[in-house]
Amino acid sequence: MKTNQPISRREALIAGLTSMGGLLLSGCAKKLPPTYGNILRMGDNLTYAAHQALLAGDSLVKEYSHNDISSFPATGTTNPADPNSPYFSELYGNLQRGAFADWRISIEGLVTRPGSYSLADLKRFPSRTQITRHVCEEGWCAIAEWTGVPLSRVLAAAGMMPTARFVSFYSYDQWADCIDLFDALHPQTLLAYGMNGRDLSIPHGAPIRLRVERQLGYKSMKYLQRIVVRDEFDDGGKEGNIQNGWSWYVGI
Amino acid sequence: MQMNNTSHKGWVRISHWIVSVSFMVLAFTGVVILMAHPRLYWGEVGNDLTPALIELPISRNHRHGGWANTTPFFQEAGSPVSASRTFEIFNKNGWGRSLHFLMAWFLVLTGTVYLLAGVFTGHFRRHMVPRRAELGPGLFWREVLDHARLRIRTATGGPHYGLLQKCSYLAVVFVALPLIVVSGLTMSPAITAAYPFLLRLFGGYQSARTIHFFSFVTLMLFLLVHVLMVIRSGFMRQMRGMTLGPKNEN
Repeated sequence: MKTNQPISRREALIAGLTSMGGLLLSGCAKKLPPTYGNILRMGDNLTYAAHQALLAGDSLVKEYSHNDISSFPATGTTNPADPNSPYFSELYGNLQRGAFADWRISIEGLVTRPGSYSLADLKRFPSRTQITRHVCEEGWCAIAEWTGVPLSRVLAAAGMMPTARFVSFYSYDQWADCIDLFDALHPQTLLAYGMNGRDLSIPHGAPIRLRVERQLGYKSMKYLQRIVVRDEFDDGGKEGNIQNGWSWYVGI
Repeated sequence: MQMNNTSHKGWVRISHWIVSVSFMVLAFTGVVILMAHPRLYWGEVGNDLTPALIELPISRNHRHGGWANTTPFFQEAGSPVSASRTFEIFNKNGWGRSLHFLMAWFLVLTGTVYLLAGVFTGHFRRHMVPRRAELGPGLFWREVLDHARLRIRTATGGPHYGLLQKCSYLAVVFVALPLIVVSGLTMSPAITAAYPFLLRLFGGYQSARTIHFFSFVTLMLFLLVHVLMVIRSGFMRQMRGMTLGPKNEN
């Protein structure tokens, strides 16, 4: 029965929840990645928005000691120079035969000094070494020591423009991915060239792989070729996660 | 409004079914996710190149053995190794994980509303916490024996729970479900970066994963017994009580 209450508890609850949803959507709609109408991708974006809202943006992942270093499976592409690999790259094969002396990574997009860097150029930047846990979406994890240049330093050297919001990566094994600026500028996000005190091996992504420590393993792309700074998210099309049915944000 | 005080309140009925559906989808997708790597470990680290606590024979990935180019990282004996996977594993985690987390939103949000409502309406205090008179070994063992013989009282289709019923609901609401949610969150690298105490609480990422799995097993056993009890105590009346509510309402 209706009473003379101006607004019932149920109505207040429904009004509150709808306006909260509205706020969430209007606040993020412009920056959130596309969902293609897929409810799973909407859930991914909800998780991303909640992490953005609730987690401290500058927190570091746990770093371990040398004794904690464990065995480490190499999965996915383990050698793009192998002609039998579905992700065979002739270009990568040539670079590998030359011990990556001719390898260069290009930095493009919203930077004032676009250009490319050789392995020696990257090693001239101040380096960072960290022992972290790599977590695979499959359920396993492994601890390794990574040495590389913080991505933030390379982006600063290239002169990132104020409109930059996302950074895209492209690899020799035909994969594309995108991270937001919080992850791109995170102190533990590296362009890693060393693993466990040696040069990064071919199964683990030589000569340079990305380390995005607050997300699952598949965001830490191997065999990097090209970096593009963007003002909006780019899902990488047919080579990216979203159109392959995978979440683009895997902080969980 | 006339409300039968032995019937389930509307918010109990709604949250019961939202949690039920999300739990079933979470259980299903959880198994799909586990099938990608059906090995459980203890501590921080675990992968195909380290020893397992338990290996579950639940997909073609069980002991697939497809590893090549095993190389030690260091000179010394017993060094950790790298190996390249040559086996094409079963992996449906693209939709499995995203559906798992979507359903987890329903479980966590509904569970939070339920917990708050349960405290503030006195539902937990009045219906779920055992009364002083129920405490003591006498009634407890009598109920255990009755349940073991499947001698179950006909239910009212609402609260007025038995002692074992109260204990198991309290264990599910305040122990098993919070444990499965928090151990699940401990598997998130972004969340443990912000809240590193979670890793210490569970003794590592893989321990949290193993506890997550055994919480799931416990909740599945609860579900099995729960459904059996619903059937034995008057299925139609119980279902009506938890869906439309008793006939005399409204």
